[in-house]
Amino acid sequence: MEFFIISMLNGISYGLLLFMLSSGLTLIFSMMGVLNFAHASFYMLGAYVGYTISKITGFWPALVVAPFVVGLMGAFFEKYFLRKVHKYGHVAELMITFGLSYVILELVQLVWGRIALEFKPPEILQGPAFTLINHSVNGLQFLWGAAPGEMCQAADAAIRVVCSPFPATRAFMMVIALLMLVSVWLLLTRTRIGLVIQAALTHPEAVESLGHNVPAVFMLVFGAGAGLAGLAGVIGGSTFLTEPSMAATVGSVIFVVVVVGGMGSLSGAFLASLIIGLIETFAIAFNYSLGTLAAQLGLNLSAAVQQSSVVKLTLSQVAPILPYLLLVLMLIFRPKGLLGNRDA
Amino acid sequence: MHPLARTRDFAPYIAKIKAAGADAVITGNWGSDLSLLIKAANEGGYTGKFFTYYAGVTGTPTALGTNGAGRVYQIAYNHYNMGGQMDKWMKEFNEKYKDDFYTGSTIRIYQMLGAAMAKAKSTNPVKVAAALEGLEVKTFNGDVQMRKTDHQLQQPLYMTVWDKASAKYPYSPEKTGMTLVPLKEYPNYVSSTPTSCQMTRPTK
Repeated sequence: MEFFIISMLNGISYGLLLFMLSSGLTLIFSMMGVLNFAHASFYMLGAYVGYTISKITGFWPALVVAPFVVGLMGAFFEKYFLRKVHKYGHVAELMITFGLSYVILELVQLVWGRIALEFKPPEILQGPAFTLINHSVNGLQFLWGAAPGEMCQAADAAIRVVCSPFPATRAFMMVIALLMLVSVWLLLTRTRIGLVIQAALTHPEAVESLGHNVPAVFMLVFGAGAGLAGLAGVIGGSTFLTEPSMAATVGSVIFVVVVVGGMGSLSGAFLASLIIGLIETFAIAFNYSLGTLAAQLGLNLSAAVQQSSVVKLTLSQVAPILPYLLLVLMLIFRPKGLLGNRDA
Repeated sequence: MHPLARTRDFAPYIAKIKAAGADAVITGNWGSDLSLLIKAANEGGYTGKFFTYYAGVTGTPTALGTNGAGRVYQIAYNHYNMGGQMDKWMKEFNEKYKDDFYTGSTIRIYQMLGAAMAKAKSTNPVKVAAALEGLEVKTFNGDVQMRKTDHQLQQPLYMTVWDKASAKYPYSPEKTGMTLVPLKEYPNYVSSTPTSCQMTRPTK
């Protein structure tokens, strides 16, 4: 039971991290039609800039300042590079962000080096947020913070006690992601600037003739998207690892999230992030393979087939590629994604 | 088992390891995969031991930090505190490249290649390859022999554990204040494993 709860929480928190990353990507895509290949690079920049700032001021100011710095970098890139190639169409835009991702990777390695940095979360986030104690006699208990050592040890050998702490960094990650979802949604639907942004997307000429500065709106959106990735970077970098390959590890899966959720749909990205987080987490728990499936269905496989490596592959072994399988299936059966309103 | 350097989240693996009630984990993970695994283990309350092959690879010491103290073991043909010529090489390497020298095998590659060429009195690849079979060289971890049947090196191995650096074992990789403390040396006759290899060789 505690395994199920912890796995559920692991899946949700991982899904929410994916959402933090993909919200900026989907925002930029829905507003500007630009598929930003460098998005994960802004995530990495967020972690590194956050690391440097936290060395000077501590973690909390870094959490606020680093996303702004990354956002400014994003806005600068939009204004002086992306805008220049805009007239050559989407392929040119795609290529320039693709190139940017390599430039950022090399710059990061030049400035901060190739090895991992020790980016520690603040003291308050280092321990567990709460602990689940599964006692074979007393049942399941819930305890805020860390459980004292004696509670996790059974005095009697016949009693099995398992303590499952849930890290505070992950709980924090979940809270920030939810705050981000709510504030972005409110900003887009309930404020004047949100209305201008939405209008600039579909009718740029009309908005421009009403006296709004559409290029500035685009710059703002790109900067904000990059800033959101930067925020995710500060949190992801301190929760996991700050190192040059961190962009590559998330780069591909956030595209899956955006496509599965529906290109440009914020709520779709949210739903898809959670689904992918949970699928990946729970798939790891199962040792089922095609072979065991066939056995349960009563199929008799020849010895040769039973020994083939494909049939013996378990669900837990293929867990990390399941999102990509989902991507392929989604593109075939529902190209516009779960909640999307246009074709990918 | 998982794709290399692609996994971002090891918490589900730790949850599974815990649920299975494992006392120890043997892993070939290295770099970010290894450090994320240890990190997730610490956060997930898993208290078992980790037996690794690559705890010394660049980046891993920093990522391990003080996290894996006393719980992360490495089995390898070298370690940080071997003394002798290895200490000198590590010092020189560190001065020149500001990095830790952990790929000791490069030294033996050239030692063995040189010895094989001398033995074959030729640089012809087929002749040198034949000379490598059964060749024995003396190197930083003692006598190393390439077994004739399967071309695997027969050599002493060292079990070390990740722990605080001390006056006795001072070498600390990446300024972590930690080191790999030697626990046990396995001489050739212990570290050797049986083989049933039957490879076909080129005609001379």
